[in-house]
Amino acid sequence: MSDAIKPDAVKDCRKVGCPMNLVYAKVELAKLQSGQVLEILLDDGAPIGNVPGSVTREGHRIIEQKRLADGAWSLLIEKK
Amino acid sequence: MLDFTSEQLERYSRHILLQDVGVEGQEKLLEGKVLIVGAGGLGCPIGLYLAAAGVGTIGIVDCDTVDISNLQRQIAHYTADIGRAKVESAKEKMLAINPGVTVRTYQEYLSAENIRAIIRDYDFVVDGTDNFPTKFLVNDACGMEGIPFSHGGILRFDGQTMTVLPGESACYRCVFREPPPPDAVPTCSQAGVLGAIAGMLGTIQAAEALKFLTGAGSLLTDTLLTFNAKNMDFRKIRLTRQKDCPLCGENPTISELSDNVRPACGLQEKSVRQACDAGH
Repeated sequence: MSDAIKPDAVKDCRKVGCPMNLVYAKVELAKLQSGQVLEILLDDGAPIGNVPGSVTREGHRIIEQKRLADGAWSLLIEKK
Repeated sequence: MLDFTSEQLERYSRHILLQDVGVEGQEKLLEGKVLIVGAGGLGCPIGLYLAAAGVGTIGIVDCDTVDISNLQRQIAHYTADIGRAKVESAKEKMLAINPGVTVRTYQEYLSAENIRAIIRDYDFVVDGTDNFPTKFLVNDACGMEGIPFSHGGILRFDGQTMTVLPGESACYRCVFREPPPPDAVPTCSQAGVLGAIAGMLGTIQAAEALKFLTGAGSLLTDTLLTFNAKNMDFRKIRLTRQKDCPLCGENPTISELSDNVRPACGLQEKSVRQACDAGH
């Protein structure tokens, strides 16, 4: 199912701490149209702990959250 | 959409993180133009915060020079600035905080002759003047030009502010018809003022300017906010537009601007004129 989702933009925020990873996510989301999908790569720990809740609170939808081979995370966000 | 540099993203990150500001709001700030009338107790914190916020173009009007008695509250001016033009002193500190903004200085006295041409180029005006005639002049000129503005005033331990959207919300003349007679209300130099309340009121006015530019929240329109710092009492007084307002009412009687006698803080009218004419 998730293989069918092709993100409209990808932002690699590995090695980017909080809150700049959220700032970058918001910048990328601002460039997209409603319904388009952003894939953002986040480190384990605080980044994956904080960013999904923050973007959800702003009304966007988390479509998928999956662990990558290097231990980081891929987050698919559909713009509100 | 503007391309933010990574430095800008870091500088403005705390705005971008705010849901009500975000990337779009910060862009509006960078494209915004705000005029500050007065580089004194109110104008100093207003100028510093608007520059820090990244308001793209900030104008600042003041004909005066820095005096040692200003330093107790006019926080953009330092001891070494005594004798310098206030607009130049303020501009230097604003650009030191944020070199990415443009600061335009007007070292002149706002008058009926020059005010409309000066304010016309701005999105929002912030009144940080120290005398009633200029406050009425700012209100009338902004009303005629249709430019939103923030009124502010401080004395002793008291502050008051309201935001005016001309044609939509109550204006200063809806509340206060005419300037009080000279000497009816003392000036700061006569009555004194607690230094920190300049920051309290000026930062409220700066916040109103930022909210206006970004569209965040609701403005202090149809509302007079007053405080007394002695007891830290804050009060909001509801206002409504007045049909018989001489400026924005149904049958306005004010169709052109006029200069009145204006007692400035610490300066008599005559010496203000002379100081400005001499270009101090």
